[in-house]
Amino acid sequence: MTVTAAAPARVESHLNPPPSYDLADHPAPTGREEVWRFTPLKRLRGLLDGEPSDACLEWDTTLPEGVTLSTVTAEEARALGELGPNERPAALAASLSGGAALLDVPAELECDEPVVIRLSGNTVEDLVWGQLLYRIGAHAKVTIVLVHTGAARYCAISTFVVGDGAQVDIVSVQDWDDDAVHLGRDAIRVGRDARVKHTSVSFGGDLVRLHANVEYDGPGGEAELLGLYFADAGQHLEHRLFADHNAPRTSSNVNYKGALQGQGAHTVWIGNVLIRKEAEGIETYEENRNLVLTDGCQADSVPNLEIETGEIEGAGHASATARFDDEQLFYLQSRGVSVEEARRLVLHGFFADLIRKIGVPFLEEQLTETVEKELAKNMLAAPGEFASALEGSA
Amino acid sequence: MSTLEITDLAVSVSTEDGPKQILKGVTLTIDDGQTHAIMGPNGSGKSTLAYSIAGHPKYEITGGSVTLDGEDVLAMSVDERARAGLFLAMQYPVEVPGVSVANFLRTAKTAIDGEAPKLRTWVKDVNGALDRLNLDSTFSQRSVNEGFSGGEKKRHEIAQLELLDPKVAILDETDSGLDIDALKIVSEGVNRFREREGKGVLLITHYTRILRYITPDVVHVFVDGKVAESGGPELADKLEAEGYESYLPVAR
Repeated sequence: MTVTAAAPARVESHLNPPPSYDLADHPAPTGREEVWRFTPLKRLRGLLDGEPSDACLEWDTTLPEGVTLSTVTAEEARALGELGPNERPAALAASLSGGAALLDVPAELECDEPVVIRLSGNTVEDLVWGQLLYRIGAHAKVTIVLVHTGAARYCAISTFVVGDGAQVDIVSVQDWDDDAVHLGRDAIRVGRDARVKHTSVSFGGDLVRLHANVEYDGPGGEAELLGLYFADAGQHLEHRLFADHNAPRTSSNVNYKGALQGQGAHTVWIGNVLIRKEAEGIETYEENRNLVLTDGCQADSVPNLEIETGEIEGAGHASATARFDDEQLFYLQSRGVSVEEARRLVLHGFFADLIRKIGVPFLEEQLTETVEKELAKNMLAAPGEFASALEGSA
Repeated sequence: MSTLEITDLAVSVSTEDGPKQILKGVTLTIDDGQTHAIMGPNGSGKSTLAYSIAGHPKYEITGGSVTLDGEDVLAMSVDERARAGLFLAMQYPVEVPGVSVANFLRTAKTAIDGEAPKLRTWVKDVNGALDRLNLDSTFSQRSVNEGFSGGEKKRHEIAQLELLDPKVAILDETDSGLDIDALKIVSEGVNRFREREGKGVLLITHYTRILRYITPDVVHVFVDGKVAESGGPELADKLEAEGYESYLPVAR
């Protein structure tokens, strides 16, 4: 099997700007572009200027037996099947990283323990360009967990090349300090009959903008893109998804859920799906739900679906942004539960299904705790805000 | 002992055309251990009475009083009313996605009692209550009311009644939408509750069918936001034979 296939036919759509390593193809954004209009460019702290930097994040890795981590040049990464940048940050990362980390999971290796990569930064003064390439061999089975902590201005391009019949669970946790800036692009190429689950979990950072893109290397591939985010006052958390159905009988299922609380909390969810002419018999569904806990928050949610063939199993999307449901709170309160406890239960329930779906036991408990800590933060810090949120919804 | 006393209760809701008076002076007292049935045509305000007593924010109390054993119910928050001993079995129980029945029941029981129930006896109590209502043990792992059939929702409400053990239960059209088997199961649950010492029940219904299984002490006919007539169980028989027509204004 050759990983680098001929370039797919270009579809004229802002959903998929052509990949290019040439920076001239990705001019610095003004903020008026469709793909940049939600992002507060000033808070990128000059990241898109593209200054060279040697700074690195600290790596702490746990690798199951048989899995190897090495370094390759940027050119080698391309030859190994890296998916090219569709926008400026990824192009900058590819050109300035000085080489890529390569994680290799050999064909048919079934890992019982997850690959855990902990990346931490010391200070937001550090500008870090990252380039990562994950090769998962045919019929391999592995869970890859990335955890980002500390602070940095971090911009990374990551590619997951998933072999035929492989089963891969990817979780990327953004638990940054308050001032961190993180631009990331994860692109996944799903092999024939392979199954990939990619989960983004974003709690921390001042500005986090992540892409999760998926395309297929043959029929029968399945992709599940999950996300969970919790934006506090002043935080900008942006998740951009793209499922490119370029092969028949493939499936994509996108489910992102977020909560927002505090003045200036801003979340953006863009769910793009392209069903190409050759993608007959595919099935896709994307969903985004936001729970707005206080006044002063903004949740932007935009699903886009472009269909070039009607010969499909199904395509749908749903997006909903709401406050706490008064009827749910009434029902719980009518059973003696205090309004604070009722809100905690509803929020817990809002995320519970999604957390269970992630399928990484050691993370599940931690995430449930983190969600409850986030809510407690709000209740302790600003008890009045809930009241005003309720008034606003009445 | 438990006495629910409703005196001259007046309630309005806000509509696009301004406030609309729904309850126009309701007076009734459920004495210790009594079961009262409230029957009436659609739109007469039966459900409004139930939700007003429970404290739903949609309804504005414009007059009158409600006391439970002398305590002012209307001054309490919704959860305080439940902790004081009121329970409302809803006509349309609300879905709470992602919250399991087991978690919900334990949280409610802890809130009502002020302490967590003893784990060993509690699991037995829950399984027993579910079993008596013909709900299997996997039921407690499902999300509250999500994907429940109409009958499952009502049986779940009555399971809560058994477990939370309030002083007074208000059953808002618990019989509607039930087939005869489910109606019997639900009625048996209510009757088990009534056998306990001093429990009051306010049974709101549109149909006389449920009164074949639950015999009330008092029947009230509810028309246009107030009690039009009260009597013994024989009043239900009259309603079954004649309907509500004699209580309604003559159509012009």
